Amino acid sequence: MIGDILTIAWKDLREVLLQSGTLRRSLRGLLFSFLIFGVFLPLQIGPDLVRQPAAILPFAWVPLLLASGMVADGIAGERERHTLETLLASRLSDRSILLGKVVAAIAYGWGFMLVSAAVGLVTVNVVNAGHGLLMYEPGALAVLGVFGLLGAGLVACGGALVALRAPTVRQAAQNMNLAIFAVVLIPILGLQVLPVDVRRQVFTTLSGLDWLTIGVGAAAILAAADLLLLAATMARFQRARLILD
Amino acid sequence: MTECAIRTDGLTRDFGTLRAVDNVSLEVPAGAIFGFLGPNGSGKTTTIRLLLGLLEPTRGTATVLGHDAGSEADAIRERCGALLEHSGLYERMTAQDNLEFYARVWHLSPAERRGRVRELLSGLGLWDRRHEIVGAWSRGMKQKLAVARALLHRPDLVFLDEPTAGLDPIAAVALRDDLTGLARREGVTVFLTTHNLSEAEKLCDQVAVIRTGRLLAVGRPDELRGRARRDRMEVTGRGLDARVAALLATEPAVESAELRDDRLTLRLRDGHDTAPLVALLVREGVAVDEVRKGGADLEEAFMALVGNDA
Repeated sequence: MIGDILTIAWKDLREVLLQSGTLRRSLRGLLFSFLIFGVFLPLQIGPDLVRQPAAILPFAWVPLLLASGMVADGIAGERERHTLETLLASRLSDRSILLGKVVAAIAYGWGFMLVSAAVGLVTVNVVNAGHGLLMYEPGALAVLGVFGLLGAGLVACGGALVALRAPTVRQAAQNMNLAIFAVVLIPILGLQVLPVDVRRQVFTTLSGLDWLTIGVGAAAILAAADLLLLAATMARFQRARLILD
Repeated sequence: MTECAIRTDGLTRDFGTLRAVDNVSLEVPAGAIFGFLGPNGSGKTTTIRLLLGLLEPTRGTATVLGHDAGSEADAIRERCGALLEHSGLYERMTAQDNLEFYARVWHLSPAERRGRVRELLSGLGLWDRRHEIVGAWSRGMKQKLAVARALLHRPDLVFLDEPTAGLDPIAAVALRDDLTGLARREGVTVFLTTHNLSEAEKLCDQVAVIRTGRLLAVGRPDELRGRARRDRMEVTGRGLDARVAALLATEPAVESAELRDDRLTLRLRDGHDTAPLVALLVREGVAVDEVRKGGADLEEAFMALVGNDA
């Protein structure tokens, strides 16, 4: 099964790299994105990128954006391009097809984030040459790695569920963007509508906790959400149902 | 006893109130090229999906390569290849990448992959174009590649859903020849749907005719032609017109007369001689160039079956 998952992931990644027509054109597009996240943004932030742990957080958005687009293309796109039925008629199990697509989306988003962070580090060091080697705080890097991965997982699993219900890639991408927007906005709005004393209690409780506890708690919530979404998507990704769709 | 690749018994599939496949019972011998003929919407594609275990039957059973399609669909798909309604090719990838991907799906070793991909692409005249993006190819080339993909892992049974649909006659003949050659060389059983009757006649060892989900007839093409029981005479020449056709239609030996594109086609009743009809044509002033007599072709047999069922 792992081999089958990797086969699907390899194919999806290859497709996304060739979506601009040729590998050269696609790599040019990727290079442009690396320039934005790995050069332009770090230049704007400067040495604070490594000195201030919170400055690295913008990189955590990268997997969310890339994973959502990729999973929409991988599922709704496969159906739209009429390649899904042939895939379902092969020896691959439903589970390995779905997990392969989720793994590809996570690998694409998370991999891009890590490479951008590495390029950003190089940029900051080149610009600040002569001031010693600048490195990310290990803790900040670990937080970025873990939350980037879990965030990519959330978007990939949720995106797969959305894409299964969408007739086209465009519709899937639009629905996914709305979902991401809601996930970000609802907690903020939720806090606003809470009674003042409840809100105060929440902030008091949170500020009493150390960062490690908050981080572990948030990671646990994200991981649980990832698993729930994955289970829901696997229940929906059934061959006969996909054929009828 | 010839081994059966496919056996169905009362196979039925409903979609709500629509009965797409209605009590289909047939046997496909191993190693045969089996044609499944029917007009659009007759249930051909649904039948293939049932046999591949992609859909569950509402009633009845299907056994494919010794496995039950309802409970052992994975085992069936492990041994089958398929070219379905759409080619299923990844048009953003090259031809080689497409085959490479499916070779990995079927767990071919790296050496087997290389050899098999080269063998199939070379056999179909596509080897020199293996690095081209498939999206830029013609439909005929894509269909060839899709056939290659279906045969990549040397399946015991391959399903082809209208493989020559949308191809020009030259491309269709080329694909048919390639398909016949490949199928014979590989010793694979082919289950092929088509509404190209000429193709079915040339390609298939056995055919079945389906309409509105119901099986109307199964047999060899010559058996089905025999069932139409219509001898035919075709006349070409100068002076053929509607008056002559109408006159011939009144003759006792003639069941019907049709004039199209300066060719007069007479469907004859059993046991009647054609010589008096030729003599009649000459008396009416027709300068006869050619007279051809033959049995019904598969198209007529098909039209007879489908028309009788209407």
